[in-house]
Amino acid sequence: MSTHSEINQRRRFLKTGLLGSGGLLLGFNWLTGCTNNTAGHVDADSGPELPDTWQDINAYLKIGNNGTVTIYTPNPEFGQGVMTAMPMILAEELDVDWKDVISEQAPFNAEKFGFQFTGGSRGIMSRWAGLRQAGATARQMLITAAAQQWEVPVNEVSTKAGRLFHSASDRSAGYGEVATIAATLPMPEEVPLKEIKDFSIIGNSKKNVQGRQIVTGHPLFGIDYRKEGMLTAMIVHPPSFGQKFHRIRNLDEVKGMPGIRDVFHFQTYKDGFEKGGFDTNAFPELVAIVGDSTWPVMKAKKALLVDWQEQEAFVESINGFRGKTTRNVPTGLENSTDHESRMKEMAAIPGREVRKDGDPERAFQSATKVLERSYSAPFLAHNCMEPMNAFAHVEGDKVWIAGPLQAPGMIEPTIAARMDIPVENIDIEMTRMGGGFGRRAYSHYMLEAALISQQVKAPVQLIYSREDDMTNGIYRPAYHATYRAAIDENGQLTALHIKAGGVPESPLFANRFPAGSVDNYLAEEWSIDSNITIGAFRAPRSNFMAGAEQAFLDELAEELGKDPIDFRLELLDRAKENPVGEQNDYDPERYAGVLKLVRKKSGWGEGDQDLQRGVSAYFCHNSYAAHVLDLKIEDGKPVVQKVTCAIDCGIVVNPDAAANMAEGGIVDGVGNALYGELTFTDGKPDKNNFDTYRMIRMNEAPKEIDVHFVPSEIDPTGLGEPPFPPVFGAMANAIYKATGERRYRQPFWGEGLKG
Amino acid sequence: MTSYQIEVNGKARQVNADPDTPLLWVLRDNLQLVGTKYGCGVGSCGACTVHVDGFAMRSCQLPLDQVGEQSITTIEGLSEHGNHPVQRAWLDHDVAQCGYCQAGQIMTVSALLNHSPNPDDAEIEATMSGNICRCGTYTRIKAAIKSIDSVG
Ligand code: FES
Ligand code: FES
Repeated sequence: MSTHSEINQRRRFLKTGLLGSGGLLLGFNWLTGCTNNTAGHVDADSGPELPDTWQDINAYLKIGNNGTVTIYTPNPEFGQGVMTAMPMILAEELDVDWKDVISEQAPFNAEKFGFQFTGGSRGIMSRWAGLRQAGATARQMLITAAAQQWEVPVNEVSTKAGRLFHSASDRSAGYGEVATIAATLPMPEEVPLKEIKDFSIIGNSKKNVQGRQIVTGHPLFGIDYRKEGMLTAMIVHPPSFGQKFHRIRNLDEVKGMPGIRDVFHFQTYKDGFEKGGFDTNAFPELVAIVGDSTWPVMKAKKALLVDWQEQEAFVESINGFRGKTTRNVPTGLENSTDHESRMKEMAAIPGREVRKDGDPERAFQSATKVLERSYSAPFLAHNCMEPMNAFAHVEGDKVWIAGPLQAPGMIEPTIAARMDIPVENIDIEMTRMGGGFGRRAYSHYMLEAALISQQVKAPVQLIYSREDDMTNGIYRPAYHATYRAAIDENGQLTALHIKAGGVPESPLFANRFPAGSVDNYLAEEWSIDSNITIGAFRAPRSNFMAGAEQAFLDELAEELGKDPIDFRLELLDRAKENPVGEQNDYDPERYAGVLKLVRKKSGWGEGDQDLQRGVSAYFCHNSYAAHVLDLKIEDGKPVVQKVTCAIDCGIVVNPDAAANMAEGGIVDGVGNALYGELTFTDGKPDKNNFDTYRMIRMNEAPKEIDVHFVPSEIDPTGLGEPPFPPVFGAMANAIYKATGERRYRQPFWGEGLKG
Repeated sequence: MTSYQIEVNGKARQVNADPDTPLLWVLRDNLQLVGTKYGCGVGSCGACTVHVDGFAMRSCQLPLDQVGEQSITTIEGLSEHGNHPVQRAWLDHDVAQCGYCQAGQIMTVSALLNHSPNPDDAEIEATMSGNICRCGTYTRIKAAIKSIDSVG
């Protein structure tokens, strides 16, 4: 616990002394501080009054002498709303008025804040207990401080909205008045937390704390980072996967172009480097072009002539979350048409058995009918609106980087290893991200910027052009799944068989629903090596499996003559009453809960014969989501009339923002289900910008989205990802209703493969 | 490099840059007006939208030597305190997720309303479909537009 206070001066987040005197920051830290939040007050031109002095209470908060409270959000913000929701959790337990709260992004400091990560829909879930404790212990310290000052028993002091009260003596004080004393007290070990029924901030929607800065164009994003003397850098990478650098043909010519400082070739990792789980990068060697500003660098990039050569096969060792693994990177220029045919070949032969219940072979042999369907989906590019970028300033053995990244703790040791410096010499500032969707967990671009800065001995901002961003990707893999159902002479489902795989990873979750609901069950998987880099993309693997599974269950229900919701509920009932197998990774009751809620809210089965609707539900990232999607074909185009959505993610901290995120996930799902596709020809991505890569636009978005949360007192679980995967199934099922045709291959409304 | 005088947010600004430099990079690199965003550079996303004599333009498609006397307004100059009706509607509806596209969205809408104070759904969709929001805030954007007094 720190007891120092600062005199009306915004604390500089970067550890001081690192790059101490290094130039003027044009509007980053101080801007974030001075014009911070409107704390949910649309009419306010600025946030709470700034105090004369601040008192640090613990790592997560400081209190001003006027009662203003600053709360630090430990996890990086990429639009999921943590900078609003996390302070809400702490403020609830601190018992402070929300209008007195300033929200700031915490500095990157693993010692103080643990794993500062955005991804896997884990933010609120992982911070829930800690933030409550931070607020509650601080409140207790303030109470103790007031009790000491007033010389009254601690248990006679109460709090309300940032004030302390001793009713017997009719005294009261603001938090700011006792904060200095409170900060000298020992941190209490056990403190009572509020009862859920007493929550007044949690569960009451607060506006995005950076909303005003966003709508006025304040510099919040990595790409907005500025530092005096900063140069601009861009990279050139091989046009095709399976290629590597050979030589630059016109080095001197390009170096001599106006505004160009340097052009050189570099290797991102050292030879033999054991990668961490997030060190994925598409091309080991890159060319850097550095200049005074963006346009000259873009022109030089166009003029540069590079010869590429074939990348031979290699094996990478990776030490990630799943322990030590290796990745076989084959040589050659790959084609999506070949991927498709190879996936079909793999689907036709036995896979690796992952789970088996009962005797599926026998059930299929004795079946009177077998329903078999195969589903596939292409690679997808993340296409964050803010392209990958990074600021870096390397001075001697000190590295300062800043920018949009989801996992600062993962890139820090990588930079240290590459640059032969201790991690203490690296300072990372997390900026607001213009989207992430998984892509910015892989922040090789931070290291690239650092290597470029080291070479040119100047602060550098590396910016990927949109084309670089799309063609130097870490994509959602291409997937394929075959579902088979055995039906006996009584029209009963007796067995299910799932065989799933992909390029280059399998999407299978063998222990998820419908595992556990069918006596005889077999799950197998396979994969095909590829030199195309893949990684997490909003709800990895789930984003394909949900669509395949939920479309298959729909067709199966029809085959069995059952209502699709009733059929799912029957299976879930079985999984609840008499589960099959040992390990089923879902709670059948909560699963059924979202289906029942969406049935009610969408008016399913109640005079909806004229609606062309599809239903779908899925469980991932510890939460449950179900959608009913109403579709019409207008002028030959699919138009989503309405999506009704039910979600069970436990307690909802900030309901309106949560609904916003669910709406976004639904729009994202509709877009990718209908249009999302990245294909490859001779290793080269067939699309490189938004003029060819079809992104969903306003005229294609659902006309209405109606989001409902299951009321809950369970601790919060994930929300950024869960609403996304089931959209694919709901869309497939609605398309069937609207067209009479089942579609098995995503994108459902794409132009098809090239070539 | 050539020296130009252009009018941005009501002020005359001197810039030295190549004549073919897109206005987007002049704003971001020369004038430090970074509210205008780079999204695609090919006129396909709308993130870079500014007003040129009151009309919405993709600044990535407007070379510096063609700016001439036209007056440029960026998100920073749309209103003094962020209280333009479109900005207020955005805050009321808590539209933003990541926020990266929103300056471009706001500039497109505010230009639309300058010239068509009561757009219907079809006009809103036709105009706004040039602006991508990767986070998928379209339904909120539409609701925000429709809540603005003049739209009604
Ligand atoms: S950056 Fe200009 S339209 Fe995309
Ligand atoms: S809010 Fe993120 S791109 Fe629109």
